[in-house]
Amino acid sequence: MRARLILWGIAALLLIALPPLAAALGQPYYVDLVRRILILAIAAISLNLILGYGGLVSFGHAAYAVGILGFYGIANGWIHLLVAIGASALVAAAIGAVSIRASGIYFIMITLAFTQMLYYLGISLDVYGGDDGMRLKSRSQFAGLVDLRDPVAFYYVALGVMLLFVFLTYRIVNSRFGMALRAAKSNEARSRAIGFPPYPYRLAAFIIAGAMCGVAGALYANHTGYITPGLMAWHQSGEMMFMVILGGMASTAGPVLGTFALLLVEEVLKGWTEHWQVILGPLLVLSVVFFRRGLAGIFFKPDA
Amino acid sequence: MLEVKGLCKSFGALRASDGIDFHVAEGETHALIGPNGAGKTTFINQLAGTLRPDAGTIRFAGEDITRLPAPRRARKGLARSFQITSVYPGFTALENVALAVQARSGHSFRFWRDARRDPALTGPARQVLEEVGLEERMHVLAGNLAHGEQRSLEVAMALATRPRLLLLDEPMAGMGADESQRMIGLLSSLKRRQTIVLVEHDMDAVFRLADRIAVLVYGRVIASDSPEKIKMNEEVRRAYLGEEA
Repeated sequence: MRARLILWGIAALLLIALPPLAAALGQPYYVDLVRRILILAIAAISLNLILGYGGLVSFGHAAYAVGILGFYGIANGWIHLLVAIGASALVAAAIGAVSIRASGIYFIMITLAFTQMLYYLGISLDVYGGDDGMRLKSRSQFAGLVDLRDPVAFYYVALGVMLLFVFLTYRIVNSRFGMALRAAKSNEARSRAIGFPPYPYRLAAFIIAGAMCGVAGALYANHTGYITPGLMAWHQSGEMMFMVILGGMASTAGPVLGTFALLLVEEVLKGWTEHWQVILGPLLVLSVVFFRRGLAGIFFKPDA
Repeated sequence: MLEVKGLCKSFGALRASDGIDFHVAEGETHALIGPNGAGKTTFINQLAGTLRPDAGTIRFAGEDITRLPAPRRARKGLARSFQITSVYPGFTALENVALAVQARSGHSFRFWRDARRDPALTGPARQVLEEVGLEERMHVLAGNLAHGEQRSLEVAMALATRPRLLLLDEPMAGMGADESQRMIGLLSSLKRRQTIVLVEHDMDAVFRLADRIAVLVYGRVIASDSPEKIKMNEEVRRAYLGEEA
């Protein structure tokens, strides 16, 4: 436990120190890169909330919420966040109510099918750019508090939100709610027999994950400055799922590690060759074969 | 306490429950015996709510529960153990029992406090673990416990829900002689203050524990009586005890 806290502390310090270091090295690009990783890590964290695949359906349309509000001249960041979170929770509730009733692979397939529906909805919305997506008219504005146009300030916002979410999920996973969820995942028949109806707890987890991932989507729209239906496509969902699996499910650090590992390797490979996916694919397969509990499994023992 | 009338359940052409009538009075230990394939586990599953009967009614504490799903029945005070051990292998023994305590302590939509350090859960859980003799093993992962210990843990989880009726599906299954003796000791300590339905193959255990015995053959209760009378019953001897008595 203490060792974990120290590792988290070191990681946080490194991340805090990154912008001045990058500036000193004359490489501001790194701030941009790590900011993107941090935002996607937030998404991955939400997915990792046991059965929290609600995040899958939220990332893209939360980004759209920000873009569409901006389109109509609403630039207030608090409204952006509120709508992104609210819309994400609502959509997650509607989709979850259906998909949670299935289990295992069917559950994920149904969830992905719904995200594809949203993707095609995005394509068909010509007002908002259709297939091409659209530029954000303005970044979310948090008057007087922080200016997201400042890359370093935005970086620290992303870092702060990520650390906050790590802490939040840690609390949730170990609360009564989290125990009930994990127990049902471990042995559903047993849970029913002692009196836990699994459905309401799963649905709640799905919605919480959706809302959390909505925050990631809102940040991501601000990060890229434009939105495309591609954010809602299953490629995006697949990549996020892989971050979680690579890092290790059922550990708090897993999704963060997985996101960093995947995107940094991707970045390095892109520098070598434009056919980087040919190398990345087999690497991912190997990692699943050799690190059953993910990258986090190398550093940490399972939660006990 | 429990009143079953005309319970029927078929799997294709197989009539696993063929009009079962079954009564359990408060405070008694009622054993259910019968040869393999007689439909004992099917019957228990219908009582616990994991299987829905085709016909018949189940009344529990005066209320018709025939259509209630399993978690609701558990909350009304029907607890069970499984024939094939069913615990949470990745959680410690204490956490397993604490989860059962949690299940009966109202809803679990509490997102903040660490459940594993909540004395309202761990306190009663420890007590039950002491009762079944697992207190020294409480921090061991349930998956790493010996088979007999896992069986005891199942009983502990059922007890931790503070049931009004305990359904035990072959609690001695796969146990060595020592372990069986300990389980019999545990169950006799529960007798009287706990109403129990006991499905068991171990005749020694059944005759030591049961106040009444029902004999199930081919989905029918062919006899239901005191242990002495069951021993004497000709039909039972032919159908079931024959090879052992």
